[in-house]
Amino acid sequence: MTDLSMPQSQTEPRSQSAAGKIALRWLLYVLLGLFALYYLMPLFVMLTTSLKSLEEIRTGSLISLPREVSFDAWKTAWSGACTGIQCEGLRPYFWNSVLIAVPAVAISTLLGALNGYVVAQWRFKGANIIFSLMLFGCFIPFQVVLLPMARLLGMMGIAGTIPGLIFVHVIYGLGFTTLFFRNYYVTIPSELTKAARVDGAGFLRIFWSIFLPLSLPIIVVTVIWQFTQIWNDFLFGVSFSQAGTQPVTVALNNIVNSTTGVKEYNVDMAAAIIAGLPTLLVYVVAGKYFIRGLTAGSVKG
Amino acid sequence: MAPILDIQNLYKNYGATEILKDINISIEPGDFLVLVGPSGCGKSTLLNCIAGLEEITGGTLSIGGNDMTHVSPKDRDIAMVFQSYALYPTMTVAKNITFGMKVRGVDQATQDAKLKEVAQLLQIEPLLNRRPSQLSGGQRQRVAMGRALVRDPKLFLFDEPLSNLDAKLRVEMRTEIKKLHQTLDASIVYVTHDQIEAMTLATKIVVLKGGVVQQIGTPAEIYNNPANLFVADFMGSPAMNLIPAQARKNGSGTQIAIARDGGELVLDDARDLSLPQDVILGLRPEDIAEAGFRAGDGVQEAECLVDMVEPAGADTYVVSELGGKQVTARLHAETRAQAGKKLNLAFDMSKVSYFAKETGERLN
Repeated sequence: MTDLSMPQSQTEPRSQSAAGKIALRWLLYVLLGLFALYYLMPLFVMLTTSLKSLEEIRTGSLISLPREVSFDAWKTAWSGACTGIQCEGLRPYFWNSVLIAVPAVAISTLLGALNGYVVAQWRFKGANIIFSLMLFGCFIPFQVVLLPMARLLGMMGIAGTIPGLIFVHVIYGLGFTTLFFRNYYVTIPSELTKAARVDGAGFLRIFWSIFLPLSLPIIVVTVIWQFTQIWNDFLFGVSFSQAGTQPVTVALNNIVNSTTGVKEYNVDMAAAIIAGLPTLLVYVVAGKYFIRGLTAGSVKG
Repeated sequence: MAPILDIQNLYKNYGATEILKDINISIEPGDFLVLVGPSGCGKSTLLNCIAGLEEITGGTLSIGGNDMTHVSPKDRDIAMVFQSYALYPTMTVAKNITFGMKVRGVDQATQDAKLKEVAQLLQIEPLLNRRPSQLSGGQRQRVAMGRALVRDPKLFLFDEPLSNLDAKLRVEMRTEIKKLHQTLDASIVYVTHDQIEAMTLATKIVVLKGGVVQQIGTPAEIYNNPANLFVADFMGSPAMNLIPAQARKNGSGTQIAIARDGGELVLDDARDLSLPQDVILGLRPEDIAEAGFRAGDGVQEAECLVDMVEPAGADTYVVSELGGKQVTARLHAETRAQAGKKLNLAFDMSKVSYFAKETGERLN
């Protein structure tokens, strides 16, 4: 794009180059528009299908707009769809997911911030080894920890419960959140810690009064990352839950896979959108805080 | 009076590497001690040890007569100004200055009074509600000093506080620190790599190299009687001329011969010194003048070939090769010295320092 707007050399006739420029730009827009349409197509199909009646889905085309907009499928998906023998829709599972994701995100972010602060600013003996081990934790595939984790949850007496799932997600998220905060805090000069120590502030005081207020950008990044991970998680949800504590992803799977008779595509689509909405919302709300250099000017101008 | 800071046999190791070796320093209340040395000499580490930010490996350290060897920074009754200022970025200037008092639980009225007093002293009252990012370098420097001053500590520690400022501001702030020292009669330990800062500010200088104290003394002592070749070379700008020479006994005095093209230069030092044959002769550029412009007992004149003339405004520097070294002489501005011509120079031999060739230690 930039080279298109570059000033043309003097020798070329002006009108021709200007026309060529406009044509090129339009070509580019059309191309980009096509790609955008292509990527938006699934969402479009999901949305329109969820607003159609079953009758219309059966007779009409996949990509046509609904003749008659109906929110019945959404209502069913939310509160009436059947997962196996229960027909309560997504609603209870949606709240399960909220009850799992919100505390898990909060706890793992806070612990990650503390860990990152310690590893970056209070270099103790073996700090690097501990950090490396935590990093290693980021690369362990989910499947590997399933059995040991199940055993651990059993021993702790929280197997199949929501606190159990929170625990799993906090543990699994710590590696990432520590990494995020550590990399953010190493860029903060250690003289800041020294100055605060001379001023008389202790470990937690420095964290609370100086580091945490600086951390908004990285908190946002971590929250988006963790929320997306935890909300979208299926494997832990399906492994460590039981009837009544399943997260929304598991319920969605059950709704889609356990229907008998006619497949209610409109309900499936609506349920899928409902399950995906919160992550979208978090990104839209928090995204604007994503890049904010709050430390600018703390050290040098 | 008891020394305000007393360091005895201090050692600091990082693993197997010795950073500081057997440091002994003691200063009186009201002293302005400058730790100076090239980068990596351990001066900042020593300051951190005094602050308690680094544990020391051996020795003792007391502040105001109390043993502080293993006391945490907050209980040492010190305040510190950092090179990067280390202002708390999310707090306003006022909050930056009062943070320490808030942590220590000082009541609000005292906090306000102290803040006002310090802001007035440093002329930063209009800045109190700004954040560090909205301040210029010099203003940040002032705020950092305000944060230290408000504590009213037994000992101030400055870690290269001026090295992030531009040249003009640095000179201004230097004067201000000096004034502050005089008005407050504060005890200060100040780290710098800039020997001019050391000379202008200090009442006492410690020259460090490789974690070992090279010399402790007043600026005049350090400048006039450097303890070894390193101190001689490090302090002063342009640096002291260090010329290899031969020493001979000559009656009650000493005769010095310096090799050069076209016959050796022989100078007489009236002092009765017992010197080995091979010495390094140290003479400051200002102790070599144009003949006729310097009189005194020890002054010896000799003709030298001028290699280079460098006018510097107030002075003109003239370079001549003696004993295989480029020797700088500091002449008056209107000198008619010309490169490639001969010129009579006056050497003030009473100011000469002699150093041993092998060890670099001072001989006289």
